[in-house]
Amino acid sequence: MSDRCDHDQEIDLEEQQILAAIEAALPAMPTDRHQLIPLLQHIQGTHGYLPLGGIALVARHLKMAASKVYGVATFYNQFRFNPPGRHPLKVCLGTACHVKGGEIILENFSRRLGIAEGETTKDREYSLERVACVGCCALAPVVMVGEKTESYVTPSKVEGIITEIEIQNEIAERAKEKHEPESDTQ
Amino acid sequence: MNQNPTPSEQLDRLRQPAKESWHALQDSDVPVIYVGHATCGRAAGSQETIEGFEQALADKGIAAEIRTVGCLGHCYAEPLVIIHYPGFPPLMYQKIGAGEARVLVNSFLQAGEDPCFEYLLGALEPNEMFPTLMDYPRYLYEKRVIMAHCGRIDPENIDHYLALDGYQALAKALEQGGQWVVDEVKAAHLRGRGGAGFPAGIKWEIARHAEKQPKVVICNGDEGDPGAYMDRTLMESNPHQVLEGLAIAALAVGAERAILYIRAEYPLAVRTIQQAIYAAREKKLLGDHILGTDFSLDISIFQGSGAFVCGEETALIQSVEGHRGMPQYRPPYPAVEGLDGLPTVINNVKTLATVPAIISKGSDWFKTIGTEKTPGTAIFSVVGEVEYPGLVEVPMGVSLEHLIYEVCGGIKDGKPFKAVQIGGPSGGCLPESELGTAIDFDSLKQAGAMMGSGGMVVMNADACMVEVARYFVDFTQKESCGKCTFCRIGTRHLLAILEDFTKGVGSDDDLQELKSLSEGIIKGSLCSLGKTAPNPVLTTLKFFPDEYLAHIHEQRCPAMMCRALTAFYIDLEACARGCDACVACCPTEAIFTTSNRKKAIDQEKCVKCGECVYACPPEYDAVRRVSPPGMIPDQGIKPLVETKEEQ
Repeated sequence: MSDRCDHDQEIDLEEQQILAAIEAALPAMPTDRHQLIPLLQHIQGTHGYLPLGGIALVARHLKMAASKVYGVATFYNQFRFNPPGRHPLKVCLGTACHVKGGEIILENFSRRLGIAEGETTKDREYSLERVACVGCCALAPVVMVGEKTESYVTPSKVEGIITEIEIQNEIAERAKEKHEPESDTQ
Repeated sequence: MNQNPTPSEQLDRLRQPAKESWHALQDSDVPVIYVGHATCGRAAGSQETIEGFEQALADKGIAAEIRTVGCLGHCYAEPLVIIHYPGFPPLMYQKIGAGEARVLVNSFLQAGEDPCFEYLLGALEPNEMFPTLMDYPRYLYEKRVIMAHCGRIDPENIDHYLALDGYQALAKALEQGGQWVVDEVKAAHLRGRGGAGFPAGIKWEIARHAEKQPKVVICNGDEGDPGAYMDRTLMESNPHQVLEGLAIAALAVGAERAILYIRAEYPLAVRTIQQAIYAAREKKLLGDHILGTDFSLDISIFQGSGAFVCGEETALIQSVEGHRGMPQYRPPYPAVEGLDGLPTVINNVKTLATVPAIISKGSDWFKTIGTEKTPGTAIFSVVGEVEYPGLVEVPMGVSLEHLIYEVCGGIKDGKPFKAVQIGGPSGGCLPESELGTAIDFDSLKQAGAMMGSGGMVVMNADACMVEVARYFVDFTQKESCGKCTFCRIGTRHLLAILEDFTKGVGSDDDLQELKSLSEGIIKGSLCSLGKTAPNPVLTTLKFFPDEYLAHIHEQRCPAMMCRALTAFYIDLEACARGCDACVACCPTEAIFTTSNRKKAIDQEKCVKCGECVYACPPEYDAVRRVSPPGMIPDQGIKPLVETKEEQ
C-alpha cells in the first residue's frame, strides 16, 4: 500500500502549491460579491479544479462565509472539486444521445477505466463526467475527449478512443526516451 | 450649418468599405472555399476538412481562399462546404472530409472541369447546369428570418454583416427613438422565444416606464435544454445580429448596461461573441456614443456555470449577483425590479436576433409571417430518427407533420413513427394522432407539450416511452434547485416509481400515485421548472398507457429498450460456424463458443449493450433481442470442451 501513500502525498503537495498560487493571485482580484462566480471560474480555469482549501481563501477574500461560497460552488454543475485527468472524458447524456444509448457508452468507459462517473483514474490519466448536452444532437451519441468531440460513438469506439490515447502516450514516451537516453530508469 | 452626421450617414461610411470587401470576395477570381466551422461542424471533423484543403491546394500549387463560416443548420450533411469557383454558381457539398477535399481540389479546383456531382448537395443560385437547393423540400419550406445569414458569412468578420445591411436597424432605431422601437415591437406582437411566449414589446414598455435608473438588459443565452442548440448556433454563426438586437432593446428600454449570459459549456460561442463585441466597439456600433449619438451601452459577458434552472429569469439574476440560482417570487417582475433591484429586461437570444429584421422591415411585414397570435418564425432543432436532422426555421403555425415529414424528410430508414418529444425536459411526448397540431405557443400547450426553447426529438418504435419519461424526470430531479418541497421531493418520488417501472416493478396503485404526485408538483412549485417537470410523465401516461401496463403487468418492454426487461441471445440456426465477430466486440467477454462451435451469450455476464447486434454480419443476422428475458428459447447450448487431441 506504500504505493498509494506516495501517490496521495504527491497530490497533497500539488494541492499545497495550487493553494499558494491562489492565495498569491487573490489580492489582485475584485472584492465585489458579484464577482464570486467569475472568480471561481477563473480559479478552475487556471488550475483545472477548485480545491476545497481554495473555497476558504475565496470566502476570506470576498468577506463571506465559507459555507456560502461552498453552497454556490456546489450548486452549479460546472465546478469540480477533484483534479481532472489529463484526458477528461465527457459523455453527453442529452435527449438525443440518451435515446441512442449514451448511458451504455458511459458504462463502457466506466468499466474500461475502472472509475465511476465524476472520478479520476489513479494515474490521473483520465477523468469521466456526464454532461447534459453539448449541442451536437444530430451526431449522437457524442463524447468529448478533451476539446475534441467524437461523434456516433459505439462501445467498440470507446475501446478505440482509449487505445488511441494510449498509443499517443507511448509515442510521446518513446520520443522522450530518445531525447534523454540516460534519464533515470529504476 | 455644420450639422453632425446622422446615425445612418455614420453607418454608410462604415458600410462602403465593408461592401467593397464583400463584393471583392463574391467576385473573387480565385476559387473561394467556405467551410462550416461552428461547434457541430467541428464535431463532424471540419478541422480535418480545412487541413485537407490546405494540403491539397499546396500540393497542386492552386491559389484559393479558405473561409470559415458558421452553421447552416444542416447537421446531417456536416462537414458542409460551399465552393465558389469563378464561372460556376456557388455549390454546396455535403460530408466533405479530408479525402473528399482532396478529390474536390484535384478534379474541380485544378482544372475547373468535374464539379464532383457525387458530393454535391445543390447550387445556391438558380442556374442551368445544377439543381438548386430550392429543389429540396428542406429548403423550399423553410423561411429564414433569424438564421438568414447563418453559415454564409464569416462570424469573425464584422464587414460581412455590415455589407448585408447589418446594423441598419440600429441606425434607424437611433433616429426614431426608444418609444418608437417599443411601439413597433409591440405592433409586431413579437413573443419571447425562450419558451414562455411573453410579448417582448410589453416587457420593454414596463421597463421603459419604470422609475428607477439605471436600467439593464440581459440576453439569455443559458440554453440548458438537452436537445436544443439554436441559440448557440446563432451566437457562433452570426453574433452581430444578436448584439444589434441587444443594443436596440437597450435603446428601447433606456438601459446603459447590457449583459450576455452565455453557458460556459459553449466556449466557442463565448469567444465569438467576445470578438464581435470588440469589433463592434471599434467601429462605434457599441460602447460610448454609438454612431455619434448620445446613446452609450456598456456590454459584457457573464458565463453561466451549468444550472438548467438559470434559464428562468429570476434565477438567472440571482446567479449574476453571485448567489445560487434559485428562482424568486414574482411580482415584482424583473422588468420593474431585477438585477441589483434595477429594472431589468431579459430576452432570449432568438427574440433579440429577430428584432433587427422587425425594425428594418417593419411590423407589418413581420405580421405577414406566421399566425395572427404568434407572428414570425420558429427555430427547431429536429433531431433523433429523422432523415435530415438539424436546425429548421419555419413560419409559426405549420403542423408537426409538415415539419417532420416534408421538411425533415420523414423517419429514418422508413421505420414507423412513434412519438415526438417537444420542448425539452418540460415538454411532452406527442403521438401520431397529434401530428396535426400547429406549431405555436398556444396549440402546443393545449396538446400537453410546449414550445420550450425548440428542442424536438423524433422517436421511432425503438424508444420506450416509460424510459423516456424516466430520463426527463431524472434530469429535472437533478436540476431542481431545491427551493420548493414538491419539486425537490416530489420529483424524487416520481423518479423512484418510474425507475421501478423500467425494471418491471410496480402496480396500478403506483400509476395512480404518478398522476396525483404530478398534479401536486404542478400546483406546489414556484417556477416553470417544477410546474412543467411532470409534463413528460403526464403526456406519456395519456398517449401511451399500454406501455406502462406492459411494464408493470407483463414485465415486458414493448420497445425493448429497458435493459432490465430485455435480453439478447444468439440464434444457433443463423449463427455461422467459426465467425468470431461478436466475440471480438463484446466488452464483457460474455460470448462463448458452444459445443458445435457456434456462439452463445452468458446471460450473467451480458450487460445488454447491443454491440453484438451491430457486429454480427448482416448475412447471418443471428443476434436476437427479446422481452421479457424469460423468452429466450432453450437451444440446448453446451459450452465447448476442448479435448486433449485438439489442444
